[in-house]
Amino acid sequence: MQLDGKIPAGPLRDKWDNYRFKAKLVNPANKRKYKLIVVGSGLAGGAAAATLAELGYDVECFCIQDSPRRAHSIAAQGGINAAKNYPNDGDSIWRLFYDTIKGGDFRAREANVYRLAQVSNNIIDQCAAQGVPFAREYGGMLSNRSFGGAQVSRTFYARGQTGQQLLLGAYSALSRQIGAGKVKMHTRRELVDIVLVGDRARGIIARNLVTGEMERFAADAVILATGGYGTVFYLSTNADSCNVGAAFKAYKRGALFANPCFTQIHPTCIPQGGDYQAKLTLMSESLRNDGRIWVPKDPSDTRAPRDIPESDRSYYLEEKYPSFGNLVPRDVASRNAKEQCDAGLGVGPTGYAVYLDFADAIKRDGRDVIARKYGNLFDMYHNISDDDPYETPMMIYPASHYTMGGLWVDYELQTTIPGLFALGEANFSDHGANRLGASALMQGLADGYFVIPYTIGPFLADQGVSEVGVEHQAFADAAAEAAENDRKLLAIEGRRTVRDLHRALGKVMVDEVGMARNEAGLKKAIGAIQALREEFWQNVKVGGEQGNFNLALQKAGRLADYLEFAEVMALDALTRDESCGCHLREEHQTEEHEAQRNDEDFCHVAMWEYTGFGSAPEFHKEPLVFENVELSQRSYK
Amino acid sequence: MSTDTINITLKVWRQKNAADKGRFETIPVSGVDSHMSFLEMLDTVNEKLILEGKDPIAFDNDCREGICGTCGCVVDGIPHGPNKAMTLCQLHMRKFDEGDVIAVEPWRSRAFKVLKDLMVDRGAFDRIIQSGGYVSVNTGSAPDANALPIPMAVAEKAMDAAACIGCGACVAACPNASAMLFVSAKVSQLALLPQGRPEAAERALKMVATMDREGFGNCSNHRSCEAACPKEISIVNIARLNREFFKAGVLSEPI
Repeated sequence: MQLDGKIPAGPLRDKWDNYRFKAKLVNPANKRKYKLIVVGSGLAGGAAAATLAELGYDVECFCIQDSPRRAHSIAAQGGINAAKNYPNDGDSIWRLFYDTIKGGDFRAREANVYRLAQVSNNIIDQCAAQGVPFAREYGGMLSNRSFGGAQVSRTFYARGQTGQQLLLGAYSALSRQIGAGKVKMHTRRELVDIVLVGDRARGIIARNLVTGEMERFAADAVILATGGYGTVFYLSTNADSCNVGAAFKAYKRGALFANPCFTQIHPTCIPQGGDYQAKLTLMSESLRNDGRIWVPKDPSDTRAPRDIPESDRSYYLEEKYPSFGNLVPRDVASRNAKEQCDAGLGVGPTGYAVYLDFADAIKRDGRDVIARKYGNLFDMYHNISDDDPYETPMMIYPASHYTMGGLWVDYELQTTIPGLFALGEANFSDHGANRLGASALMQGLADGYFVIPYTIGPFLADQGVSEVGVEHQAFADAAAEAAENDRKLLAIEGRRTVRDLHRALGKVMVDEVGMARNEAGLKKAIGAIQALREEFWQNVKVGGEQGNFNLALQKAGRLADYLEFAEVMALDALTRDESCGCHLREEHQTEEHEAQRNDEDFCHVAMWEYTGFGSAPEFHKEPLVFENVELSQRSYK
Repeated sequence: MSTDTINITLKVWRQKNAADKGRFETIPVSGVDSHMSFLEMLDTVNEKLILEGKDPIAFDNDCREGICGTCGCVVDGIPHGPNKAMTLCQLHMRKFDEGDVIAVEPWRSRAFKVLKDLMVDRGAFDRIIQSGGYVSVNTGSAPDANALPIPMAVAEKAMDAAACIGCGACVAACPNASAMLFVSAKVSQLALLPQGRPEAAERALKMVATMDREGFGNCSNHRSCEAACPKEISIVNIARLNREFFKAGVLSEPI
C-alpha cells in the first residue's frame, strides 16, 4: 500500500500557507452541486457542517442523538487552548506546537500539530463572535488559566462547561444553516456502513433509530466526525451512545486504523461502586491544583482517612515527583494510582481508589475559597458518592476518557479511502501518544472550522460532481448486508445480554490493555477477546424485533464491532514494543518507572489494515520525521 | 458507603409508538442497591425484561452526568425527580424508601410527541433555535476576541442563561406546556452580549413566532419551569424576553 501523508513542502511555519496557496479551489458557483455527508455533530462535525454550508456546499449532517446539541463534546469541562498569549507570559504558536508534540511523546506529525497551533487563535475569535460566554476579567478581557501542568496560561474556559458552550456555539452556527435550508439534518441516525463504488466513498447506510429502517444516502464525499472508542473499556467517562462503529465500518471497508493502542485514562474520576454501574464520572483535573493525593502506608490500615496521621500516609506523587507533585501529566498520575492499588494500598470498598484530600487547602485558604473554586465539583461528588469532600477526602480512580488513536488521515484529513475524511477524535492525527488537557476541544474545532473547509476542495475539484446515486447496486448491497447482520444477531437467542458481555470485554481491556501493559498480558487479552467474540456470536440474547425501535439491537451491533476492534487494539499494543506517552509497556521503563521510548524502532505511526473477520490485520507504518524539534525524554521529577 | 437494598414498585408509562394510546404498567423491582442511579435501576430492570423475552423500557439518556440534556422523565409528578437542580441521571436510589411506589412518565406536551415509552421528540426546540437562536457570523469573519471587551458581570449573566441544556423539563413542568424559559434563555444570552445585539429584535420575534407555531402554550407566571430546571435558569430571563419582544414589536414590523 502506498501511503502519502501529503505534507506540504517548505519550512514548518510556511507549510499551511503554501498548502492553501497551491490547493485547487472549487468555483463558488459550483459548490452547491457537491453533496457532502457529515456524520457526527460534535465540535468537529458540527463546525464542519456549518462551515461547509456557509461556503455553499450542499450538506447533509447525521447525529446519533435526538439533537445535534447533545454530542458528547458537550461534556468537556476544563477548557480550550490557544496561543493568543493574552497574559503576556511567553506563549507563542511555536510553544503551543512544541508542548503538544512533547506532550504526545513525539508520536505525532510535526506539520499537523503546527497547523493546529496556528489556527488555535482563530478558534477563540470565532467562538467569541458567536456569543460563547467565555470567562472574563473585570476589565472585560478574556480570562486565561494554566491547565494540566502547562507553564503558560493559555486555556480559555466557560466555568466548568467549556465543552458545552463551544458545542452550543457550533450548534448555533449549524442551526443557522439548517434554518436557511443549506444543511439537511438527520437526527437519531446511526451509520451502519460506508458505501464504496470502485475504491471511492460514495455514501452511507444509516439506521433510523426510531423506525429501525436502513436508509441510503449518496454524496460526493463522506466526512466522519464520530468521536473515539473509549467505551471499549465498558466503563468510561464517555456517553452511552459513544462507539467505534462508524470508524470501524470505515476500517472494514479499507481505511487504515492508526495507533489504536493510544488511549487516555483520566486520573480524577469517581471510582466504580458496583456491577450495575453504567459509567464513570470525571471530575475536572483542576482539583489536583489544591488536592493532595495519598494512600495509607499500611495496606491493612482500615481506619477512617481522617484518623490516619500524617506519618502513616504516603503522598506518593509528591514523593516521587518533587517538582510537579500532584500536577504530573494525566498518564503519569493514572499509572501511579493503579500501581498503588495493585500493590494493595488502594482504599474504598473495591480497593481500587486513592484519596484526594483537600484538608490542607481548606486549612490554608478557608472553606469559602475552596468552595468558590470547586463548589460544583464537590457537590457533584457528594451527590454521587454520598460522602462530603469538605469533611472527608474524595476517593478517585482513573477511567478511560479519550482516545488518541483513530482513522489514519493525511494532511488533508483524508483516510486511505478516497472521498472519506475523518475529523476530531475520530482521526489519529494531532495528539500522538498522549493528549494534553484542553487540546481536544482545540483539535475538534480546528478540524471542523479551519482545516476541512480548505482541504476538501482539491479532492472535489479533481473528481468533479459525482454521478452515483442511491439507485446504484452498491447501496442496495450494503443495506442488505446490514439488515442480514441484524437478522443474525436476533436469531442467536442465547442467554447473555449485550450489557453483560460488554462488561466482560471491558474487564479484559482494563486489566490487560489499560494503563500498563506487558507481553504476556496482551497475549492473554487477545485470547480472551477471541473467546468472548465467539461466545457473543453463539450466546447473546438481543431481544425485540427488526425494523422497529430496538436499543438492544443497536447496542449488539456496537459490541460486535468492539469485539473485533479490541483485538486490533491489543495487537497494536503488543506490536509497539516500547513505552511512549500513555502506552506503558512494563518491559520498557526508565529506572524511575517512566515510559522508555525506543525512537530507533518505533518512531512511526502504526497502521492496521483489515483482512477479514477473525483474521489478523496487516501492519503498515508511516515513519515520523522530526526536523524542528529534538526528541527528548519527558521528565517530571 | 454502606450497601442497602430496597424493594420498590414502578408504575411506568408504556407506549409502543407515537400512534399507540399508551398505559401505565406495574413492575415490582426487588433488591435495588441504594447507591445506584435511577437510570442504572432502569438498566437492571431492562436486563431482566430482555432475558424474559419482554420489551425493555425505552428511555433517552446519554452522558449520565447532567450536561447533555438527553434524559428526563416525570418521576412522581416532578420533572427529573425530587432532586433540586439536577437531571434524572443524577438522581440516586438512596432518595427512595423501602416499599415506595414510583410513577414514571414521559414529558407531556402537545409539542413533544411521545415516540415510545418515555422517549419524546423534542425537535421543536431545535426548530426554535434554527429560526434565530444564533449570531449570524460566518467562519473566518470574526475580529480578535479581545477587540470587544465585555464587563465581567454581563458575561456572567450571559453564562447563567447559556447554561440551559435544552432538556425540556420546563415545558413538562408548566401547566401551559410553555417553552418560554427555554426561549428566553437563548434570547437573553445573545441579547446581553454585544455580539448578539444587532439581531436582537429580529431574533426575539422569530423565536417567539416559531414557539407559538410549534404548539407550546403561553407563560402565566406559575414559575414551575424555574423550579424544575436542572440548571436553575431564572425566570428573570422571561422578563428580559418580554422586554426584547415588546421593544422589537414596537420598533419593527411583525413577522
